[in-house]
Amino acid sequence: MERMRMVFTGSGGQGVITAAIIFAEAAVIYEGLNATQSQAYGAAARGGSTRSDIIISEEEINFPKVIQPNMLVCLTQESYTSYAPIIRPGGLLLTDSRFVKQERKVDAWQVELPMYQTVMDEIGKPIVFNICMLGAVVALTDLVQPASIMTVLRKRIPSGFVDMNQKALDLGIALGAPQKR
Amino acid sequence: MSTQVKFVQGNEACVEGALYAGLDFFAGYPITPSTEIAELLSRRLPMAGGKFIQMEDEIASMAAIIGASLTGHKVMTATSGPGFSLMQEALGYAVMAEIPCVITNVQRGGPSTGIPTHGSQGDVMQARWGTHGDHAIIALTASNHQDVFAMTIEAFNMAETYRTPVILLFDEIVGHMREKLEVPEPGEIPLVERLRTSVKGGVNYHPYLPREDGRLPMSDFGDVHRYNVTGLYHDMWGFPSSDPDVVHGLIRHLVDKIENRTNLLARYKEHHLEDAEIVMVSYGSAARSALHVVKNRRLRGERLGLLELQTLWPFPKDIVREKCANAEAVVVVELNMGQVMQEVKKAVDFPERVFLANRIDGVFITPMDIRKLLRLIQGKGV
Amino acid sequence: MSTHDYLRQRFFPHMWCPGCGHGTVLNSLLRAVEQLGMSKNEIVMASGIGCSSRISGYVDFHTLHTLHGRALAFATGVKLSKPELNVIVPMGDGDALAIGGNHFIHACRRNIDITAIVMNNRIYGMTGGQFSPMSGVGINATTAPFSNIDREFDVVKMATAAGATFVARSTTFHAQQATDLIKQAILHEGFSVVEILSQCPTHFGRKNKLGAAADMMQHYKDITVPIGSSKKKDNPDLIERGIFVQEEAPEYCREYDKIIEQAMKG
Repeated sequence: MERMRMVFTGSGGQGVITAAIIFAEAAVIYEGLNATQSQAYGAAARGGSTRSDIIISEEEINFPKVIQPNMLVCLTQESYTSYAPIIRPGGLLLTDSRFVKQERKVDAWQVELPMYQTVMDEIGKPIVFNICMLGAVVALTDLVQPASIMTVLRKRIPSGFVDMNQKALDLGIALGAPQKR
Repeated sequence: MSTQVKFVQGNEACVEGALYAGLDFFAGYPITPSTEIAELLSRRLPMAGGKFIQMEDEIASMAAIIGASLTGHKVMTATSGPGFSLMQEALGYAVMAEIPCVITNVQRGGPSTGIPTHGSQGDVMQARWGTHGDHAIIALTASNHQDVFAMTIEAFNMAETYRTPVILLFDEIVGHMREKLEVPEPGEIPLVERLRTSVKGGVNYHPYLPREDGRLPMSDFGDVHRYNVTGLYHDMWGFPSSDPDVVHGLIRHLVDKIENRTNLLARYKEHHLEDAEIVMVSYGSAARSALHVVKNRRLRGERLGLLELQTLWPFPKDIVREKCANAEAVVVVELNMGQVMQEVKKAVDFPERVFLANRIDGVFITPMDIRKLLRLIQGKGV
Repeated sequence: MSTHDYLRQRFFPHMWCPGCGHGTVLNSLLRAVEQLGMSKNEIVMASGIGCSSRISGYVDFHTLHTLHGRALAFATGVKLSKPELNVIVPMGDGDALAIGGNHFIHACRRNIDITAIVMNNRIYGMTGGQFSPMSGVGINATTAPFSNIDREFDVVKMATAAGATFVARSTTFHAQQATDLIKQAILHEGFSVVEILSQCPTHFGRKNKLGAAADMMQHYKDITVPIGSSKKKDNPDLIERGIFVQEEAPEYCREYDKIIEQAMKG
C-alpha cells in the first residue's frame, strides 16, 4: 500500500483527536499496520482549533508529522480555510456540509457530506458526529475495517453507548460509500 | 501472558517500561507535557499494589521518591521544564547519597515557562550540570515508543546497579505522539533488583563502603542496620566528614563509578554507517526526522548514515569518535542551539566539519530542514 | 533500655554550643522513645538543615539528614512507602516555616502519620544569627541591624489551620512536659506538631540581651502558662503550653491502603 498521510481538523470538542486516535489504533492493533498519531496542542481544552496528524503504512514510520496530507478532513470553516492549501495534489478533501462551504480552489478530490445533519436527524446526539465522520473516512479510504473501529470503540466507551456509536459509524459509511472512486 | 500490542503515547510507553521494571512508588506534580505519566500511574500503581502520591511541588516529589527508595522501593518521578529546574536540588542529594531513582523529564521549550505544549531538547546540559557541584550523571533518551519502553527499563537497571539517579530525557513530540508498543512478557527483559547487604544484624555494615566490584549493597530503612544518610560529605558510615582524604575519595568515587564506565553505559543505534560520507548524529524525537532523511536519500544512492544516541550522559565520546572517523562531515540534528553538537565537536578530530541542523522555534524539525543543510554541505546550493 | 542506648556515642561530642536548648529537646525526645519502649529499628528520623537538624546524626535510628526545609517531603516518601515505620522529623523554625513552609502546611493537610518537632529558637543559628519567620518584630539579628520589621508566625495556629490533628507546645524549661507531649504526638495517628521553644544563647540571646542560657530558660518559665490558665486573662501576652489540638481524622497511609484495595478489585 501507499503510505497514507491524513490530517483531521476542526474545533475543540468535536472529537477530532479522539477520532484520529481510534482510526490509527484500529489500523495498528487490528489491521497489522504501522501508524503514528500526533496532535497540535494549545492551552484551550474546548473551542480552539484542533489538528491531528495520522500516518498509516506497512513500513516503519519515522517522521510523524504530515506536511502534505493525502487525506484532509475539515469540520469547521476556519480549519478548512487554514488547511485546505496543504493538501497533496489529487488528495481527498472531506468536509461537513453544515459547517464548511467549499470553494473550488484546490487540486483535490473534494467530498462534501451532510454528516452532522444526518447524525442530528437519525440519532439526535452531536456527540457521535466524529464517529459518523470516521465512518465516511473508513468508506472512502478502505484502510481499516468497520469492525476494527467498533472493537476499539468497545474498549473505550461504556457498553450503553456502543449501539449509538455503531449507528453513527454506519451512517458515515452509508454517506461515504457512494462517493468512493 | 503473552506480548501485548498497544497503541499509546510515548508517555504511556514510559509508564509501561517503569511498571515492567518494577516501579512501585511514584511521586509527582502535574506539569505539561509529562502529566500523562502521573495520571496513568495514579491508576496503574495501586492496581499493582504500588503507591502514587501527588506532592505539593516538584521539590517535594523528588524528595519523596528518595525517601521511598531508602525503604527499598523502585521509584520514579516525572516532570518537564520548570519542574525539572525545581528538582535539581534533591537530584544532587540523590547523587551524593547514592540513592537509586529515575527522573523522567519530558522536555518542552524553555527557559522559564517557555512553551509548555511544544517539544524541545533544550535540557541536555541541564541534565548534565543542573545540580551544583562536581558530579557525574546518567541520562538516557529514545526516539520511538519501543525504545522509550526499553530505555525506561535500562534507567531502572542502571539506577540499581550504580546506586545513582538516572535521568530519562524524553521530549514532547515523542511523549505525546501515539504509535505501536509491544510489551513483552515478564521475564523477557532482564531486570536488576536492589542489591541488599548480606551483613547480618549486629555486624558492622558500612553503607558507603564499595565492594571490590564497585557496587554498594544497601539496607532498607526498617531493617536491622541503622545508618545515616546525608547530603554532606560523609565517610563510609554515612556520617558527616570534612577529612580531606575522605572528601576526595567520595567525590572521586561518585564521578568515577559513572565516568569510568562510559563505554559500558553507552546505548546507541547505527543506521547505514558502514560507508557513510555524511554521518548524522541525533537522538530523541529529532532522530526520527534524521532517520527519515537517511532512508530517503539512501534510495537515491546518497551515502548518508545516522548514529542515534540513546545514552547522552556520560557522553559516549569514544563511540562518536569511532563512528564518525571516516565521515567527510558530521551533522548533529537536535532541537536546541547545539548542546550535543558541542560534545560531538570535542569528540571528533575534525570539529570544523561538524554542522548543526536544528530548530528552536517549537516546531518539530522536518526532513526538509535537514535536507537544506545537507545540500549546502554537499555543495548543491540551497 | 537506657536513653544512652539510643545515642551514637562515637559521633559525639555534638556540634551544639554550650547552653543550646537543642540538647534538652534531644533528651526529651529520647526519654519519650524510651518510655514508649520503642525499638530503634522501627524509627526513622528525617531532618533538614540547621542546628536542630543535626540531631538526626546523634541518634541510633534510621537517620536521613536531608535538604534545608525538605525533611517532611522526604519523610512523606519514607512513611507512605513503609507505613509500619515511625517517622519523626525534628525541624528548626527557619527550616520548618520559611524554606519548608509549603511542605509543612501540606504535610499537616494530608494528615500523614509523622511527628514533627519544631525546635523554635527564633533565629538561624548555623548561619550566624539571621532573623527567622519566628523572630518577630523588634528583634535584633545580623540581617536586621535596625531591628526586625517582619511579623512572626504562630506555629500552633498555622498547624491547626493547615489541618494537623495533633498540635502542642512546650519549652526546654518544661522538659518533662515536652517528653510527655512528644510521647503523645508519637502515639497519635495522624500528623502531629510539637513546638518546643529552645534557647539560642549564642545568637538570639546575645543580640537581644537576654542573658545566659539559664536566664533564657527562666524567661520561658515566666512567659508561658498551661493552656486555660487564668493568668492569661490578666496578661494576654503569655504563651500557652499544652495540647491545642488532638482529634481523630482519616490518616493518609490508611486511606491509601483503601485506594489500593479498591484498585486491585478492578
